[in-house]
Amino acid sequence: MSDVILELEDLHTHFFTDSGEVPAVDGVSFKVHKGEVVGVVGESGCGKSVTSLSIMQLVPSPPGRIVSGQINFKDENLAQASEKRMRQIRGNEISMIFQEPMTSLDPLFTIGNQLIEAIRMHRKMSKKEAKRKAIDMLNLVGIPRSSEVVDEYPHQLSGGMRQRVMIAMAMSCDPEVLIADEPTTALDVTIQAQILDLMRDLNKEHNTGILLITHDLGVVAEMCDRVVVMYAGQVVEEGTVREILKDPKHPYTKGLIRSLPKIHEKEQKLYSIPGTVPKVSMEQVGCRFAPRCEYAFDRCFSEDPELYDAGVERSSRCFLYDDNEEQEAGSHVESDLRS
Amino acid sequence: MSNPILEVNNLKKYFDVKGGVFGRKVGEVKAVDDVTFTVNEGEILGIVGESGCGKSTTGKALLRLIEPTDGEVKFEDQDITQLDDEAMRKLRKDMQIIFQDPYASLNPRHTVEKIVGEPLLVHGMKSAEERKKRVKELLEVVGLRPFHASRYPHQFSGGQRQRIGIARALANNPKLIICDEPVSALDVSVQSQILNLMSDLRDEFNLTYIFIAHDLSVVKHISDRVGVMYLGKLVELADKDELYENPKHPYTQALLSAVPVADPDVIGDRVILEGDVPSPSNPPTGCPFHTRCPAAMDICSEVKPEFKEDSDQHYVACHLYD
Repeated sequence: MSDVILELEDLHTHFFTDSGEVPAVDGVSFKVHKGEVVGVVGESGCGKSVTSLSIMQLVPSPPGRIVSGQINFKDENLAQASEKRMRQIRGNEISMIFQEPMTSLDPLFTIGNQLIEAIRMHRKMSKKEAKRKAIDMLNLVGIPRSSEVVDEYPHQLSGGMRQRVMIAMAMSCDPEVLIADEPTTALDVTIQAQILDLMRDLNKEHNTGILLITHDLGVVAEMCDRVVVMYAGQVVEEGTVREILKDPKHPYTKGLIRSLPKIHEKEQKLYSIPGTVPKVSMEQVGCRFAPRCEYAFDRCFSEDPELYDAGVERSSRCFLYDDNEEQEAGSHVESDLRS
Repeated sequence: MSNPILEVNNLKKYFDVKGGVFGRKVGEVKAVDDVTFTVNEGEILGIVGESGCGKSTTGKALLRLIEPTDGEVKFEDQDITQLDDEAMRKLRKDMQIIFQDPYASLNPRHTVEKIVGEPLLVHGMKSAEERKKRVKELLEVVGLRPFHASRYPHQFSGGQRQRIGIARALANNPKLIICDEPVSALDVSVQSQILNLMSDLRDEFNLTYIFIAHDLSVVKHISDRVGVMYLGKLVELADKDELYENPKHPYTQALLSAVPVADPDVIGDRVILEGDVPSPSNPPTGCPFHTRCPAAMDICSEVKPEFKEDSDQHYVACHLYD
């Protein structure tokens, strides 16, 4: 892969609530290369959305705050960037699309108005030129009757069309990174297929790096080059999409994949991970997944595992992959895990 | 096959659209338009479709939570659309429903004991002592602890709340449970717990489910037979293996090919449908799917295809199979 365009290094975003400090993002590091699609997967509350909001400095503050860590975009650390600088970056160099296209469009302004605002914010263009650009963008994302749609209001469009408008807006300044936070979760499968198709085309044609936040492993398999799996605010595993889905290393990833009902297979009983996703807190000691993990041993409850190497460009936050772990404790569990 | 427990014939539900100065009726939304199927005792019938296809309205109309406009719903050979309110209330003991949103379907001001115990009280279990015992029993059946009875819904996670909803539905030993998107609000790891619980309960209590969902792999996993709905109509109905391996209706084919599969090796030929689902207030003439259908013929825009058996127990509504 070519050059790194976005790099997160040990990012900590905490929420300071009445009931204490909550480390929603707890030491997250990963990279996005130019033109690459990186998936961030995890269940609700794992910190994947807060991670993406942190990159754009959109975490509601208070109560949230980036406590430490770096967000390197090109040669700049966005975690330290001023609000003025962030306004130049948002929608221009890094854009974002959200899950619910209805709430992210302003119901009082026409589609054209909102697109033109985004374009004129970052590009020196007359209103006329900007409108022409807006229509071009709507064409690009496959909206029929684009010259009429520019003068329509968001409520006149269907969910899939609104998400296309959001993508048009996000792509209008040709960003280098597009952050898509659950872009198809609110859409039906046939519409989801259209939107994913569109995003894939844009990625290929414009060489835009995409950070795709999702809980759907199916979407990940379709779209991503590399995958980062998050659990309780931490990255637990990283690898290429094939490695993650075909040969998961971390017990959580393994459990997650096994608990999916498969459309092409017959099976009687679904595997399920016992228990529920924990609430994260500052006091937590040991592996976050240990209470639900069938391979957990003493060390998992007393010590925090780090991300251990598990192959080329692969890592897993699990003591089973710690080379220093006594062979005895690890080996039989590991062979079990691999079988 | 065993005997049918529920027979639905030509079920229709039209919602009036009111407008104008006098609030007169200016149109109709045909949410459910002429749906016919049967459910056998002890089976799980899945109903899939995209949002707005009428699958939830069908579920509610079966229980008369929404009054059907026309058609017949026969539960154990009795046409329930003709029953008066009192008889209907008694009958609901045997027909229960589980809702999608475990956050919205439990009263936040009631304890779990009250929530699960209320159907018992309504259906004649007057003794508080007995109710308490039964509630505790039910909580254990669905994998919660008896001491949870004194807690409030907000003290539970989404998966646990859905278990409470299931306990409430089971309270009066129903025969049929309509499950309206019971797992779509849950995370994957919790979803599989609930799906397993539901199939265990079916075996244990010999329940019959109508399982309504938009997730095709979930429906495939749990159901015995699956029906596909589009714009208020059932377009295909078959045994689940038959339907997923040999889908006949072009819509079913497109729907199945659109599902992303969590396996990088299974990248099949994808049929990407153009456009959106038309509005049910102004559905296309003829076959409702002809506007998006890759195989549409001239006849499709003129004549409504009949929903009929094409091969053994495989029903489809499409002119390709005339």
